[in-house]
Amino acid sequence: MKPTNDQIKLFTPATIGLLLVIIFGAYTVFMRFKMGDIHTNMQDDFPWGIWIGFNVLGGVAMAGGGFVTASAVYLLNMKKYKPIARPAILTAFIGYLLAASSIMIDIGHPLRIWHPIVMWQIQSVMFIVAIHVLLYTTVLALESSPMFLEKLKLDGLKNIVEKIMVGIALFGTLLSVLHQSSLGAVYLIVPYKLNALWYSSILPFSFLVSAIMMGLCMVSFLMILSYKFFKCSLNMAILTGLARGALVTAAFYLLVKTYILLSGPGLSAAFAGSMESRMYLLEMSVGVLIPIFLLLLPAVRNSLAGILLVDILVICGVIINRLNVSIFGMLRQAEEMGVQYSPNGNEIIISLFMVAVGALLYKLAVKYFNVLSYEDV
Amino acid sequence: MEASFLVDMTKCIGCRGCQVACKQWNQNKTDKTKMGAKFTNPVKLNAKTYTNIDFFESVNGDNLTWDFARNGCFHCKKPACVSACPVSALVKTKEGSVIYRAERCIGCRYCMLGCPFNIPKFEWGTVFPKIQKCTFCHDRLLENKNPACAKTCPSGTIHFADGIENNLKEARRRLSENPGKYFNHIYGEKEAGGTSVLLLSAVPLDQIGYQKVGNAVIPDLTWKYIGGIPAVIGMVLAAGIGSWVITRRNKNMDKEDKS
Repeated sequence: MKPTNDQIKLFTPATIGLLLVIIFGAYTVFMRFKMGDIHTNMQDDFPWGIWIGFNVLGGVAMAGGGFVTASAVYLLNMKKYKPIARPAILTAFIGYLLAASSIMIDIGHPLRIWHPIVMWQIQSVMFIVAIHVLLYTTVLALESSPMFLEKLKLDGLKNIVEKIMVGIALFGTLLSVLHQSSLGAVYLIVPYKLNALWYSSILPFSFLVSAIMMGLCMVSFLMILSYKFFKCSLNMAILTGLARGALVTAAFYLLVKTYILLSGPGLSAAFAGSMESRMYLLEMSVGVLIPIFLLLLPAVRNSLAGILLVDILVICGVIINRLNVSIFGMLRQAEEMGVQYSPNGNEIIISLFMVAVGALLYKLAVKYFNVLSYEDV
Repeated sequence: MEASFLVDMTKCIGCRGCQVACKQWNQNKTDKTKMGAKFTNPVKLNAKTYTNIDFFESVNGDNLTWDFARNGCFHCKKPACVSACPVSALVKTKEGSVIYRAERCIGCRYCMLGCPFNIPKFEWGTVFPKIQKCTFCHDRLLENKNPACAKTCPSGTIHFADGIENNLKEARRRLSENPGKYFNHIYGEKEAGGTSVLLLSAVPLDQIGYQKVGNAVIPDLTWKYIGGIPAVIGMVLAAGIGSWVITRRNKNMDKEDKS
């Protein structure tokens, strides 16, 4: 891989589109903080909307690629994947920053975000989540710091960070495992609200496995996008390796989901024809069954277009899963309380704003720092 | 003292005195209300309304009958909201009430998600929003006074007692001495692991708007995960260090082969 930074144009139609979303979004965020709570469709009987369901749960799952790659490269010494360590960890870092920002926008007292650090309440899953977001974002900052330090010519500091990288990666893996699973554990508290298709005592484990699956596909997806848009070279062996990893994880995830279904509401619930069962089938076919089928075909596993398709399917499937757990699976209970929920314009624009900021940050990082052309074995 | 209510809906006359007393004592602002399909007003609990009487009208032949339901916090023995709160803004007091300490709250609303009865309410659309819920008139309990709603209730619907057991005994006595009068269930005896507010009704409780809540102690469900964390830490560290040591040795052996 050779340096490609200069070939990346700053203003392309896609970037201008992102900037437009960011301008509208920034205005809405400004109003959110100036006016207190802008109008949203969240309400007493449906307190969490898409900011939690999409931005936080989806964003964190997307960041799963960071710890998977970091542990593969630094703990398992899989040198082959070293070139993707930087983009994967950077993506995770951006994902966590955005998830944390979404939480800041969502909660009623953003200025008290530090309270959990001093007011420990270990019975609370939310406390566990808060501490892990904090610690893991710090770890990701450390893990991605070499590329910033080398730009600033702080080689001494960079050497120190790289010396302790194995330790950082180990700590990061631990935090990730706990954080991904604790986001599932958040929903253990709603046995009577969340539909039985999703509620299960192993929800934390299911969140962890699906985050690994999505993380692998997200890294592969970004590799292909970088190849298409930033014209950087492409290592097909890495993509095939990631695809194989995704296949194994997806097969295991299918087992986990099958166990949840059979030990809970039973197979017939998935085919009951209700809104929930349709969402469940959508999630399972898009995110698990079709990808597994496609990845079993060597022709797909070895083709760029095939891998790209699988990546998109898995990413969408896991996002649908998070939305099912946080929103669609909870709607029936809300309906019994006489309320309905669908996100309004303010919620949607802020959600899109976060995605746009993420994409732009990634592009800027790739342009100004040595992210993609890094190859140090 | 451990405060407890026995709420006997067969005695309720729908005067809403409890609603008014609650608003007065807690100095909660009034809602702008309007007539709707039901006589219930305000229609639902909200950040300004800790308790209300829900009106259910039914026609039996030529007769019109009213059934009433009292909404409000059940003050669970092991409250989901208290376990949910990451900063202990919600606490179960030794007096039996579940109270809110606004200065700690970060506004994450996990208590609202966790409560099986959907009791905590949020001050939506305000700059510094608080969670609002019935406090069991904790300030009155501390002075050995009955909560405002119980004090006001003219029909004896809301029966206050010191100790949940005393109210349970009373509820069982009423059920056994008046066969046929009640739907044979004490709501709150087992729901969500047991609550400080017990409810009796003439009709099945889901007919008058009470949530079907199972008997699981909800904090135990999340504790199963949290309690397992030390084991997970041990496993991940062991696996991580183990794989690092093994792969490192392989790498060193590779190097030796090459040299």
